Amino acid sequence: MDLVALLAIQVLYAVASLALISVGLAIIFGMMRVINLAHGEFLMLGGYAAIVATSHGVNLWIAMLVVAPIVVGLIGVVVERAIIRFLYGRMIDTMLATWGLSLFLVGLTTAIFGNTTVGISAPLGSFEIGTYRTSTYTLFVIAVAIVVLAAIFATLRWTRLGLIARGTMQNADMAAALGVNPPRVYAVTFGIGAALTGLAGAVLAPVSGVFPTIGVAYVAKSFITVIGGGAAILSGTVSASALFGAINQIATFVTTPVFGEVALLAAAIVLIRLLPQGITGRFFRRGL
Amino acid sequence: MMMNRRKFLQSTAAGAAAGLVSSSAFAAEEPINVAGIHDLSGGLDIYGKPMVDALTLAVEEANAAGGLLGRQIKLINYDPQSNMQLYTQFAQQAALKDKVAVVHGGITSASREVIRPVLDKFKTLYFYNTQYEGGVCDRDQFDTGVTPAQTVEKLVPYAMKKWGKKVYVIAADYNYGQITSQWVKKYVLENGGEVPSIDFFPLDVTNFGPTISKIQAAKPDFVWSALVGGAHISFYRQWAAAGMRKSIPMASTTFAVGNEHIVLSPEECDGMLVCYNYFQDLKNPVNETFVKSFHKRFGEDYPNITELAMGTYQGFRLWAEAVKKAGSVDRLKVIEALETGISIDAPSGKVTIDPPTHHCVLDVHIAEVADKKLKVLEDFAQQKPADTAAVCNLIKNPNDNQQYVIKI
Repeated sequence: MDLVALLAIQVLYAVASLALISVGLAIIFGMMRVINLAHGEFLMLGGYAAIVATSHGVNLWIAMLVVAPIVVGLIGVVVERAIIRFLYGRMIDTMLATWGLSLFLVGLTTAIFGNTTVGISAPLGSFEIGTYRTSTYTLFVIAVAIVVLAAIFATLRWTRLGLIARGTMQNADMAAALGVNPPRVYAVTFGIGAALTGLAGAVLAPVSGVFPTIGVAYVAKSFITVIGGGAAILSGTVSASALFGAINQIATFVTTPVFGEVALLAAAIVLIRLLPQGITGRFFRRGL
Repeated sequence: MMMNRRKFLQSTAAGAAAGLVSSSAFAAEEPINVAGIHDLSGGLDIYGKPMVDALTLAVEEANAAGGLLGRQIKLINYDPQSNMQLYTQFAQQAALKDKVAVVHGGITSASREVIRPVLDKFKTLYFYNTQYEGGVCDRDQFDTGVTPAQTVEKLVPYAMKKWGKKVYVIAADYNYGQITSQWVKKYVLENGGEVPSIDFFPLDVTNFGPTISKIQAAKPDFVWSALVGGAHISFYRQWAAAGMRKSIPMASTTFAVGNEHIVLSPEECDGMLVCYNYFQDLKNPVNETFVKSFHKRFGEDYPNITELAMGTYQGFRLWAEAVKKAGSVDRLKVIEALETGISIDAPSGKVTIDPPTHHCVLDVHIAEVADKKLKVLEDFAQQKPADTAAVCNLIKNPNDNQQYVIKI
């Protein structure tokens, strides 16, 4: 029974971390149809931002929850203004450009920080469930994911900014005709997507450590989640994360981590075969 | 002058031939090329960097002492970027373009098995200087690192006596982890213990949550880690974050080889047991001089001279000793000189080539991680590579060329 509870927490954690690493990509992809191949590097930069800030005496929580999203968000805005905005509607070109950006960021961080794993110890200690122990930080990651998703929902559903963003996403020309400035909406949205990605990278840094090429470990999973989720940003991310996270974690527990990854990928292939438009192409179509 | 293709080929061929003749005429003054192939970037760079530094120092020391056979040594370093394809490419370049006398390199066992056939094919002497799973039997190659019969055989009974008989093994998912974990199992069983499970992890796995739950469910007396590379460091973090370090201790055949004990905080890894050939704090005059000159060359703040760095340093020294004895850099003559059982006084103690296996007889030590340092607890003098010796005899079968794998 204790083991079931522990496993449930692990599954929730896997879902939460998948949702966290994917939601920034989902926003950028869902809103602007930009395939950001530098997504993994945004996560990596978030981790470094948190670690550098902490080592300069900033409180760990502020470093993770405030500094990292701001830094990566600003980087995102610069990237959008300098590279992406010239390439809207040219999917292959954006892929090429962001792939180049990804290589550049890996090279740059390697030059600055060296190619070694850095990290911070996870705070908060551990707690017991019967005879088992697990890290309290796991619960924190789950909480952050819930707060982030709730905030995105609230913003999209109830604020003017959300309304404008959704309008621009559905029909940019019509939104422009109604007085909205799509390039500005794009820049802000890209920045927000990057900021959320930075936040995810920072929150996961104490768990996995950070090194310049860690993005590779994340980027495939985030893309699979976003594609599996389909067009709706929020319900897509949540449903795909829940599906893939649970499958991955349970398969890992029952067999080995290798089969856990295989199960995740196999599930993704089956899903895309059955639902080419992703989960929200068939279900929750009216969701956000 | 009319230039057609045939004439062009003739003239260039003649030029090339002239170049060859003239280069052999001046050979005495030309440097001896030595190649190092070590990952300086990518996930394995935590191992490669100290190895290249140690090799650089060894070459510089040899050159300062007048070189070998009156010739200077030119070190050519390649960085395969933790990419197996580049290993093949650079091994070919070293053999064919640089015409090196010897290649030192390869970090993972996977990379060794990639370049070994290439260097065999092009008849280039190859030194693999990393501690590994044992069993490679190839007359063209020398393995100067420790193998399970030298380390695991000592550490398993030590840890079982200290902690108990139930051992949970976690290992990297490639030939090193696969084979080493079998050795761990063998020694645990021989010492009357049990291994409830062996779990393997691809090198890029960073989420160990389910595994940590599984280990708790199995309730072992201690965990044995043969995890490899930067991503796997997160296992130790997550293990400590789950509060497990205090309740279930850990022993490892790989920990600290990439300076994990410095990257992690003492709360995350103190008390872990390891067993290697070299530790920076070994007390002997050769080592004290070595550490001094290493720090002079690479800075006082150099984090730690690793097992693999020392393996590389010793590998080069053994090769240089054999070249002196052979009076030549010719591959076969150097192999024959090494097969006389050449021996050096290295910082880790006496290191001798074991002729039948092309491995080394050397000292090993058990140490404990304590506050970012490795505290030596027990010494074992002059350990033989008994695992490889059980299956490999290159004096009797010089044409043997394979890696033997243990069967349990």
